[in-house]
Amino acid sequence: MKSFNHIYSLFKKDLLLEVRQQYNFYGILLYIGATIFVLYMAIEEPEPKVWNGLFWVIQLFICINAVAKSFLQESRSRMLYYYSIAGPRDFVLAKLLFNSLLMLVMSLLSLLLFSLFLTNPVQKILPFIGLVLLGGWSLSLVFTFLAAIAAKAQQNAAIMAILGFPLIIPQLLLLMQLSNAAFKPELTIPIDIVLLLIALDLMVVLLAVILFPFLWKD
Amino acid sequence: MTDEKNYMQKAWWKIASVLLLIYTFTCGLLLDVPHLPALQETIRNLYFHVCMWFCMMVLFIISVINSIRFLRSFDLKYDVYARQYAVVGIVFGILGYATGAIWMSYTWADPNNPAFQSFSAVAREPKLIGAAIALLIYFAYLILRDSITDMDKRARISAVYNIFAFAMLFPTIWIVPRLLPSLHPGGESGNPALDTRDIDGRMRLVFYPAVIGWTLLGVWISTLKIRLKILKEKKMMHETL
Repeated sequence: MKSFNHIYSLFKKDLLLEVRQQYNFYGILLYIGATIFVLYMAIEEPEPKVWNGLFWVIQLFICINAVAKSFLQESRSRMLYYYSIAGPRDFVLAKLLFNSLLMLVMSLLSLLLFSLFLTNPVQKILPFIGLVLLGGWSLSLVFTFLAAIAAKAQQNAAIMAILGFPLIIPQLLLLMQLSNAAFKPELTIPIDIVLLLIALDLMVVLLAVILFPFLWKD
Repeated sequence: MTDEKNYMQKAWWKIASVLLLIYTFTCGLLLDVPHLPALQETIRNLYFHVCMWFCMMVLFIISVINSIRFLRSFDLKYDVYARQYAVVGIVFGILGYATGAIWMSYTWADPNNPAFQSFSAVAREPKLIGAAIALLIYFAYLILRDSITDMDKRARISAVYNIFAFAMLFPTIWIVPRLLPSLHPGGESGNPALDTRDIDGRMRLVFYPAVIGWTLLGVWISTLKIRLKILKEKKMMHETL
């Protein structure tokens, strides 16, 4: 119960910061808008296969940008303060929770802009929205943990890409395969792959909870 | 006498490695092999190509085990172990690609196309992708590790990444082959080399000793590199003191 309270207040702190310093939120929003506009200029009406590939790669880059600052913004002294009031597990869980929420919002917005500018080849709208949310969640979890590593190594967001891209390939492949099923009315979305993705996400959370205490100590 | 006995106890696996590799090179090239269409005599590459991958995976597993040991004890020795095993693992991975590329150019590649043009078709191959992901992870590990100057911090952060990445690598190797069609034998049933139905009895006679021989060689090279690294670090410490 106590750790639940800790997680909740750390989560609320991140949310409040986001609401007060809105430049960050709008920054990511502008990033999404500008990227999709460039794509719109570059290609007019992509085929479903191209649309699918572009959509997930753009999600990947949005995720890196949205999640990267979550640990980098915490200064050394502030980390010391968190250290004295909360455990590392609560801290990383709060971050995972907050970044998941942030990425869910961003995924939905980018889906909206994508279908607005680049047409919408999706046949099954509702399952695809679910898929986009699941994908956003998966990406945010992996990259939150890598952001923690990058912040501890005092590196910029570029190292997150190096560290993360090989790790995210299987999840992206699964997501693209599921999205392909959502594009064609005759295919059903295989539920076992969805479950596999959820299992992978839970594994990432578990690994983060086990490994973060080792990063945290200085 | 006791020294000699002691030496034998310590070095038996090095001797075994040399003997097994001599056996691999002589019997592997001389013994009879099944003649399959398309493969013909290139099938002997099995004793080299597949063994490289086995050795790479064993070395990466040893590297992760040392990372875990480091996080349990915070003894910097294990950090050196983890890094050196990873480096030698990468070398074996690259050798695996090289032997695979030679094999591929005689079997899979389209004879009407130059090798460079058939690359993108052949590279979309689950086993190649799995190996590429593993190598990318360990390259990233080396870059991350060498970008941190503080010794304790470097060891801690790179150990955490090593464990995290390795834990993600296993589902990858399991998932990717089930998503893409493969030219490798074995297809969906998993690992072709371990499937006893796939491999001829005569070849198993050389293949299993070859795997053990190459793996022991990999471990041997790693231990030499570790000794060198630890000696260098000791020397540096004495110079600064």
